[in-house]
Amino acid sequence: MAACSSNSNMRREEQTEEKKKAREKSAKKRSKEEGDEGDEGEEIFSFKDKAAVDEEEDDDLSDSEDSVYSGLEDSGSDSDDEDDDDKDDNEEEEEEEDGSGNEDEEEDLKTETQQTGQTEQKKTTTMKKKKEGKEVTEEEKVNEYEHDSSDEEDIRNTVGNIPMEWYKDFPHIGYNLDGKKIYKPIRNKDELDEFLDKMENPEYWKTIHDKQTGRDIVLSDEQVDLVNRLQRGQFGDVNFNEYEPTVEFFTSDVMIHPVTNRPADKRSFIPSLIEKEKVSKMVHAIKMGWIKPRRVEDDSKGRYYDLWTGEDSSLVAKHKMHLPAPKIPLPSHQESYNPPPEYLFTDEERALWDQQDPSDRKLPFVPRKFSSLRQVPAFPRFIHERFERCLDLYLCPRQRKMRVNVNPEDLIPKLPKPKDLQPFPTTQSLVYRGHTGLIRSISVSPSGQWLASGSDDGSVRIWEVCSSRCMKTVQVGGAVKSISWNPNPAVCLLAVAVESVVLILSPSLGDKQVISATERLLSGQQEAETTEGEGPVSWIETEGEELNQGIHLKIQHAKAVQQVAWHAKGDYLASVMPDHSSHLQVLIHQLSRRRSQNPFRKNKGLVQCVSFHPIRPYFFVATQRCIRIYNLVKQEMTKKLQANSKWISSMDVHSSGDHVICGSYDCRLGWFDLDLSTKPYKMLRHHKKAVRGVAYHRSYPLFASASDDGSVIICHGTVYNDLLQNPLIVPVKVLKGHEITHDLGVLDVTFHPTQPWVFSSGADATVRLFT
Amino acid sequence: MGGLQKKKFERGSATNYITRNKARKKLQLSLPDFRRLCILKGIYPHEPKHKKKVNKGSTAPRTFYLVKDIRFLLHEPIVGKFRDYKVFVRKLKKAYAKTEYSDVERLKDNKPTYKLDHIIKERYPTFIDALRDIDDALCMCFLFSTFARTGKCHVQTIQLCRRLTVEWMNYVIASRSLKKVFLSIKGIYYQAEVMGQLITWLVPYQFSHDHPTDVDYRVMATFTELYTTLLGFVNFRLYHSLNLVYPPKMDSKSDLELKGEDEEDYAMDSESYLEKLSALSTSLARVFSSVEDEEAQLDQFPVEGEDMENMEAREKEQKQQETQTKLFEGLKFFLNREVPRESLAFIIRCFGGQVSWDKSVCIGSTYDATDETITHQIVDRPNIDKQYISRYYIQPQWVFDCVNAKILLPVEDYFMGVTLPPHLSPFVEEKEGDYVPPEKLKVMALQQGKKPEQEEEDEDEEDEEGEDEEEEDDNDDDEEDEEEEAEEKSLKKMEEQRSQGKSLQVKVTPGKVKVENPARLEQEQKAEEKRLAIMMMKKKEKYLYDKIMFGKKRKIREANKLAAKRKAYDDAEKAKKKKARK
Repeated sequence: MAACSSNSNMRREEQTEEKKKAREKSAKKRSKEEGDEGDEGEEIFSFKDKAAVDEEEDDDLSDSEDSVYSGLEDSGSDSDDEDDDDKDDNEEEEEEEDGSGNEDEEEDLKTETQQTGQTEQKKTTTMKKKKEGKEVTEEEKVNEYEHDSSDEEDIRNTVGNIPMEWYKDFPHIGYNLDGKKIYKPIRNKDELDEFLDKMENPEYWKTIHDKQTGRDIVLSDEQVDLVNRLQRGQFGDVNFNEYEPTVEFFTSDVMIHPVTNRPADKRSFIPSLIEKEKVSKMVHAIKMGWIKPRRVEDDSKGRYYDLWTGEDSSLVAKHKMHLPAPKIPLPSHQESYNPPPEYLFTDEERALWDQQDPSDRKLPFVPRKFSSLRQVPAFPRFIHERFERCLDLYLCPRQRKMRVNVNPEDLIPKLPKPKDLQPFPTTQSLVYRGHTGLIRSISVSPSGQWLASGSDDGSVRIWEVCSSRCMKTVQVGGAVKSISWNPNPAVCLLAVAVESVVLILSPSLGDKQVISATERLLSGQQEAETTEGEGPVSWIETEGEELNQGIHLKIQHAKAVQQVAWHAKGDYLASVMPDHSSHLQVLIHQLSRRRSQNPFRKNKGLVQCVSFHPIRPYFFVATQRCIRIYNLVKQEMTKKLQANSKWISSMDVHSSGDHVICGSYDCRLGWFDLDLSTKPYKMLRHHKKAVRGVAYHRSYPLFASASDDGSVIICHGTVYNDLLQNPLIVPVKVLKGHEITHDLGVLDVTFHPTQPWVFSSGADATVRLFT
Repeated sequence: MGGLQKKKFERGSATNYITRNKARKKLQLSLPDFRRLCILKGIYPHEPKHKKKVNKGSTAPRTFYLVKDIRFLLHEPIVGKFRDYKVFVRKLKKAYAKTEYSDVERLKDNKPTYKLDHIIKERYPTFIDALRDIDDALCMCFLFSTFARTGKCHVQTIQLCRRLTVEWMNYVIASRSLKKVFLSIKGIYYQAEVMGQLITWLVPYQFSHDHPTDVDYRVMATFTELYTTLLGFVNFRLYHSLNLVYPPKMDSKSDLELKGEDEEDYAMDSESYLEKLSALSTSLARVFSSVEDEEAQLDQFPVEGEDMENMEAREKEQKQQETQTKLFEGLKFFLNREVPRESLAFIIRCFGGQVSWDKSVCIGSTYDATDETITHQIVDRPNIDKQYISRYYIQPQWVFDCVNAKILLPVEDYFMGVTLPPHLSPFVEEKEGDYVPPEKLKVMALQQGKKPEQEEEDEDEEDEEGEDEEEEDDNDDDEEDEEEEAEEKSLKKMEEQRSQGKSLQVKVTPGKVKVENPARLEQEQKAEEKRLAIMMMKKKEKYLYDKIMFGKKRKIREANKLAAKRKAYDDAEKAKKKKARK
């Protein structure tokens, strides 16, 4: 930056004018003196120099007369900055050729000029007269040249080119010749002053703070102009012509005569050794193949020919593992620039699209509609999509995926028609209503005439099957967990599990003979009472009200009884008291001798339910995961069936004793063939919720399962005598009717002993008969 | 006991696969070079069936290549070229660093180059293989040919792409093999059938590209390198199959015609020829100046029974195709300056129409807008000052829709300034149960030669009927349930009343005769049987079955959704119209 110090430009200019003159004179004088004093050679040299300078000046003038006199130049000389120096240097390179000696003397000169003053002026007058003609130009030139020296800079900046922060905290910058501090101009402008200055001072915009001296400098118009021009990338000089015609250094015409007349050297006739060496090196390099000859331009790259001329099919033995890349899927209607309106997004769809992660989106773009083709913009992701395709082609692992192309109908197994497997219950025909709580257990009398149901409302009801009439209601004073009719058709007895008591109940229905036989059975036991010791249970005879209701015996257990099960003969009765920690979970009671015993010495897990083998002396015990079969005669375990389910809920044994079904709380029904394996032959997952009850029909090949999803599923299960033929297990009917209350659906299911009818009891306090 | 202990991962699938890094090390290549090699040779990773086995017990995500593939790469001469190039770059750097510019020059002269011809031949042993894989090549070349000549890749590549695509388009015109076109929001899709192969390519709209920063152009350039070579050879072969001169030359007749006066100042000589070719307005020169090509008659073979039907169907199809290729024959089009010239000229010429445009739009226009014989002028602006009575002013979509419909559609819907009917994708083939937009039905009716207006109404009715039926099916089960429920309720009421000991309002009402529909009963029975059978399915099959059924249901749901949307839209439109009328 050209830094300008004075605000009184004019005055200074005058001063400098004077100084210049003075300096010039002194310079001339000096040179003369030197000439006088020093040796001849130097004088000659300086004279020569002068002449050269003069010539140059003439040239300059002829080229651009104004350049020297421009205001810019003046102000530039005023500013005497380094930048200006550089510029001047460029212009005056020729002038400065006159040697370093001259330059070295410059500084001495300056001081001298100041000191010498007027006296020397006289001496130089003679010289002045001689060069009258060229005086003006020379004066200017020399002045300018002289001015390049930093005499004024010395005054202003005495510290040199150092970071000015060093003087930040001092009131001065550097020292003058006398060793006095040069103080910074007083500068106490705060922000407000600055602002006011900015607002009021019209010259604020061209005021510059000079760090070197700590002063503010206002640029003159010319300087501003110069700055502008430089910023625009133009020459600093307004009048400089950049497009001057070239002056040829040599003529372009071929001359007839050589420029010099010098005879050719001797060496031009002798083969050069150095060249020979170089050539031999190259030859060697070529021989060794280090340097290759320049390649012939091969244009065959872009040339096409029939590549597949000798194409024969034997070549086509393809790489076995090659998977051709799948083609890009073809666009659908959504991609159209003018799609049918139904393919455009609604607001919700759009919002959803915006929310979704780009990888989750069904469409990678939003369908848009344009009313005409000219409005269609470029697709912003075009290159992206192309690039992604490229990446897919070479980065994406390929794998052959077999697409299953099956008709779903073929997957459905072919089953015999349910019509051919009749009879089985199909419709709901009767509903037995009367209970107020959920009915946990039902049982049908061996004659098939009566149905007993035990409910959580604390009552046992006995219904006539055909008419759905409630024949009898017995209040037992607690929720009935299990109820079971004595399978002996000669007697009419019910075993009811209420809390920790098992009640033996004689409903006294039906034949008088049967009733009397029952009475006899119950009364005849009294003699045997003596044999009863201090067992795990106590047998209590009932009296009064309870006896009137038909309750004859109470078997008091230590814990709550969950289930009761009769032996097929009707004399033995098993009761289950599930308990994790005790071996006393199952008790077998003998009714005729009023005796109870605990068959197991060890706890083998939580017992869920028990059952007697219908024919042989076997006893089935279902624990949480498996069913154990005990031989009662030998008193040992004969088999252990793995149920493959988490928690068995119920179990039933077929009347032949060969097959067992068990339902579980994890929605499964397992069908076991005892002869085949200890694993279920078939697991049926028909129910959606826990299976609560399962039942076999005594004579028909049917079994039923009841579940919490409110349905009873009847399955047909035939086992053939031919061992090679697989048993046929087919679901034949889904019976629905029970309502689901408190997440409980059907709780118990049982078949009619002779008819293909099924009874089910549910949490909706009804018993239903399906025929 | 006895024998050597078997080591893990020394046989089986673990030995068939190799990870990428190992492959790279084996080939002694840097990753970019390895990638280039894979692109050029068409080697891609494979997904092993048992990833853990192949990965030697680790489950870390890795890409695997087949060992055989990598071994196959070992003998590739290109690998040597890659190495040469690496050495070349190193030498060049050194020469620059030493400021030995003569060496630089010499090195640059000897810059190693490579050709991909053998790779093309190897990857595509037969011409048909090459054709099958040309979709991507076309898409890429068309994209690159629209790039600006600065920046992203070499100008030569762009020029080459442009040349090849122009050659391709000229071939398609000459062979009249274009089948379908589609204006999408991405660009224009074209589908041509070349030698029995359906080839689809996408051309972006003519705009300057906004080059994304997250795209690796080196990869794209490598692909383009391969694709240009492939496309060049394919073009050569295709041109020769039609007896055309390759590189393409314009017919001498038309060449003379085109030598207009304004040509000299249009472009440089070297470029003007390509420009003229790319104008797509001239036919190409043939090797033998043949007589107008005769359609080879299919020989009749004696056939029986089913084959007969097939033959007939084939013949019919052939006839249809023939008529399609002559779709625009005898029509004279003029393109206004605002329509996409190249694509329209290409399509119209593909179907035998004559086309021209304003002289200032592009070189190669054959007649002026003032020509009285012009039948159709394609415009894409709301109105035009000077209109001729002798021609239709239609919007560009008409051309595209006609091609897809294979007939000349009525022009009324496409007049200037008219709201256009939706533009449908010709690539969608609706199967049974899919949603078919009503516009498509309309076009299908037109194809069968019915009149449009009546058909429209009929269709609507049909549609409605169809929907009703569907709904009925859905409702069937529900109704049944409802009936049962009602019965149950009445029974319950009676029960309650009875149990409460109230005197029943004994009333005897004449029983209703339940009309049992035997067909329906049977249907129900069948449905139940099916339900039971489904219960007995094996777990695996059940899963599959459920999946299939789920997919089917979803499809139906989607179709219904679209239909509902359409109905709502149509209703809204009708309401609007009514309002407007009032």
